[in-house]
Amino acid sequence: MIPVTWFIVLSVVLFMIGVAGVLLRRNLIIMLMSVELMLNAVNINFAAFAYYLQDLRGQVFVVFTITLAAAEVAVALGILIALVKNRSVTNADELDSLKG
Amino acid sequence: MPIGLNDIIAILPEIIVSLSACVLLIVDLFIPKGKKFFIGGIAILTVMVAAFVSFYIAGAGLTGMTVFSGMFAADGFGFFFKGIFFVIAILVILLSLSYVDTEGIENGEYYIFILFSLAGMMVMASGVDLLSIYLGLELMSLPVYILTGYAKLNKRSNEAAMKYVVLGAFSSGILLFGISLIYGITGTTELTGIATALSAGGAEHGALIIAVVMLVAGFGFKIAGVPFHMWSPDVYEGAPTPITAFMSVGPKAAAFAVILRVFLDGLAPAYDTWYLILSIVAVGSMVVGNIVAIAQTNLKRMLAYSSIGHAGYALLGVIAGGEEGVASVMYYMLVYAFMNLGIFAVMLYMRTTKRSGELISDYTGLAKKNAPLAFVMLLFLFSLAGIPPTAGFIGKFYVFMALIHAGHIYLAVIGILLSAVAAYYYIRIIMLMYMKEPEGEFEFVRSRPILYVLTLTAVVVIILGIFPGDLLSLAQSAAVFL
Repeated sequence: MIPVTWFIVLSVVLFMIGVAGVLLRRNLIIMLMSVELMLNAVNINFAAFAYYLQDLRGQVFVVFTITLAAAEVAVALGILIALVKNRSVTNADELDSLKG
Repeated sequence: MPIGLNDIIAILPEIIVSLSACVLLIVDLFIPKGKKFFIGGIAILTVMVAAFVSFYIAGAGLTGMTVFSGMFAADGFGFFFKGIFFVIAILVILLSLSYVDTEGIENGEYYIFILFSLAGMMVMASGVDLLSIYLGLELMSLPVYILTGYAKLNKRSNEAAMKYVVLGAFSSGILLFGISLIYGITGTTELTGIATALSAGGAEHGALIIAVVMLVAGFGFKIAGVPFHMWSPDVYEGAPTPITAFMSVGPKAAAFAVILRVFLDGLAPAYDTWYLILSIVAVGSMVVGNIVAIAQTNLKRMLAYSSIGHAGYALLGVIAGGEEGVASVMYYMLVYAFMNLGIFAVMLYMRTTKRSGELISDYTGLAKKNAPLAFVMLLFLFSLAGIPPTAGFIGKFYVFMALIHAGHIYLAVIGILLSAVAAYYYIRIIMLMYMKEPEGEFEFVRSRPILYVLTLTAVVVIILGIFPGDLLSLAQSAAVFL
């Protein structure tokens, strides 16, 4: 049996790539893709723990996470389309009309 | 395990709200443009029916049961918060009726999204498993993202929605990673199971602190606590004003319901781990919220920072813990909902083609032009600043009392000092309204629903400030269930 730590290392690395993508990349679509990467890292974690603990809860959680990730991306892309129609930007740094 | 009658009864209010929202989506097709307030009316009716059913379930002694294999608890704690959510939903729909008309964003879906978000908040207040809590959180957030960007042709609204959805998805990713670590450490996602596993020795696990930090980050985003507050001023400013009112009270109260349950029930054995982290967030929120608010010229941005500060005060109640601390947070959220919705109602009453009502300078000399409006504004500002005899004073008073009884004197002193700072920027607006001469013409919306909201919130803010006893004892009896 593969030790559970290997899975955790994989998921932590994936999660960090996702976090770095959101924080460092400025293209809105790539930022959304990075968020997906974070959620998939979570899924690996849940699946690995469910296998390791011989418990179904984690697998159920994975199914719900996948569903919600899809819903979230649908909403985010809808908002992005409304934004691009209005002022054709895809770069987060150009979103600067709200400032205090 | 089959679903029994008990399960259905326990979630009947949630079923009513979400079913009605789905039916309204179809009804909306048959209602011509310009008559969409009809959907808003049915939505208010739905919320009232759900409130009546909840009241009946809570009164019929059916409380305290956990249904759906330990996913969902129909207890007094949940019903108290649901009561707050019902009030918020009704008042926000009333506030929206004339606003959507003047802004040209009148659509049936607007009210339907508020209902869906309400359903999510209700699930959050009753969820006793991290899975149902997470599902409720997303069901609450997704409609709010859409509503933020509802003014499709307004660039600021687009931008606010984009920032909100990217950061919201980011924070829910962090929250989920924290939940997965908790699941790995304790082997369950049920709050009572987590508490048992942690007190059996799991609390010493090294990964627990990472998990707790991630949970604090995820929930801290929803309550706009420092350092997870960066989104809130921009989003508050860009969103349609009734939606700003909604998200400054609704999702915040729901997130506090979840924080109380998760930290004081599930993670209670790990108090030493999360106590310091939450204290840093609380103090940071009070400092940043109250001090940065002083420099604002836009009222919506100022209220965003003030709302960050209020999140800090309410977190102090969570840190105090115990029955008293929980009851003080519940009471604070109730009071905060009324006073904040009241101030947004004043802002919407001022919203005409000539004046946006969003700038603080718009209120110069208001007392000479419309004395009653200036007076209710004064009442809400006093309440936000925590000056007696308003409800805000009582709310803050109980939080600080719970904190002192729990032995956290230093935190209480910091909180009280910072509420003196807060008084400065609230009273500055009062000075502008009363001491200065009016500039330019004043026009008012004169919408009857907004007047109802203004009257109701003003009366409640005074009554809760003078006779807090009944609702406070209700909060205390509801806190026992936790």
